[in-house]
Amino acid sequence: MSGDATVDARGTRCPVPVIRVARATQDLSPGSTVVLLADDVAARSDVPAWARMRGHGLTLEDEGSWTRYTVVVGTTVARST
Amino acid sequence: MEGGYRRAVAHTTVQPSTASLTAGLLDASRGPLHPLAAQTLTAALGVAWADPGARHAPGRAARAHLDTARAVLAGALGARPDELSLHGSAEEALALGLDGLLHARRRAGDRTVAGATERSVLLLRAGAEDAVAVEGTGRVDADAWERAVAAPGVAAAVLQTANGEVGTRQPVERLARAARDAGVPLLLDATASVGREPLPPGAGDVVVADAASFGGPPLGLLVVRTGTRSSLPAPRREAEHGRAFAAPWVPLALAAAEAWRQTEHACADDTREARALVDRVRAAAAGVRDVEVLGDPTDALPHVVTFSVLLADGEALVDELAARGVAVASGSACTSSTLRPSHVLAAMGVLTHGNVRVTLPLASVAPDREDAVALLCRELPDAVRAVRVRMGTEDL
Repeated sequence: MSGDATVDARGTRCPVPVIRVARATQDLSPGSTVVLLADDVAARSDVPAWARMRGHGLTLEDEGSWTRYTVVVGTTVARST
Repeated sequence: MEGGYRRAVAHTTVQPSTASLTAGLLDASRGPLHPLAAQTLTAALGVAWADPGARHAPGRAARAHLDTARAVLAGALGARPDELSLHGSAEEALALGLDGLLHARRRAGDRTVAGATERSVLLLRAGAEDAVAVEGTGRVDADAWERAVAAPGVAAAVLQTANGEVGTRQPVERLARAARDAGVPLLLDATASVGREPLPPGAGDVVVADAASFGGPPLGLLVVRTGTRSSLPAPRREAEHGRAFAAPWVPLALAAAEAWRQTEHACADDTREARALVDRVRAAAAGVRDVEVLGDPTDALPHVVTFSVLLADGEALVDELAARGVAVASGSACTSSTLRPSHVLAAMGVLTHGNVRVTLPLASVAPDREDAVALLCRELPDAVRAVRVRMGTEDL
């Protein structure tokens, strides 16, 4: 899988965007990036919270009616037991 | 049919079935009446139905009962009877309380200082964009609050004693002092805490509570302390110290007063037991993979705990637990009519999906609440797994 995957989750609602970005980052090596496009209001809270729990880096860019989330896969995958 | 309506022979009736609905109940945001409050309500139907403003004998009887109830309920809030008015709902009391402060202070400004986790009815008036930020636990950022109340053009401030969704207590003493020092009147929203723990003494120029939080019927209690400038815009209101268009229905006020008497008596024991039960839920939830328990673990209401399950759907979790006999609530978007997540969870910057909220009922209204907690703790890991498997997120 390439490191510049883009997931377009616009038009889907909570919790679909965060599930799709989680699937896209699965098995990627640290430092890879995944871009998520989403317009669901809940994603504004949930994608940052998910990234924090998983130890991924994240930047948000407002594109008007939707948001671009750029995820940088973390070196320590903070998956709790 | 359980929970449905019985059909009479000659006519239809709306009398509900008497089957208990409290088994497994862990959502007491609006709980059942305290049994003695229910008895009081029934008895009051025969003696206190009249308009307390009427001059005839039944009216005078209703007035005497209302005076008694008002004295008891004022005592619950550390207030005098002439400071307390009764309203149809807590939301109405909150709105009237804030409107009264804002109208009286309209020459000082039109801004309201409010934390981002205050109740929606208050944030709608205060303007959510200007809300004071909260920490990840939901506690108001005290430095930001101190700057906000000291800014020019502030007419009023509103502060909850504790948050009813996540339980976290606010630093009421410090924030109230900041408002007082700035000369800004403070509305203290105690709708989540009264009956569960004591009010911070003396805090708040206006105090609002909900009789439902201590085993009474939903009834808004509004205290405007003597010396506080408060006035409502026209039209003129005749009842309840000029704050309501109509007197309350007296049987509800009597039931609320009875609920307070009983709950006050049992409060210390109930709180201790509730905290131990909530800690069990907290531990059980924390033991499930990728579950985040939210709010402050100790500086919090004794009966509230909420957690969010990563990569799970809140509605599916609530339904899965309901199928296993446990009634919980959720702040997730998919469980709300607006499809917006809880503004409280969003302000805290935590997961809003997969949210489960436990609000423990009083032991007096749900004597089997310990069984409900045990059932939740037992079923939770498998319920989460079942939802994740169904959603295909188990391996993510």
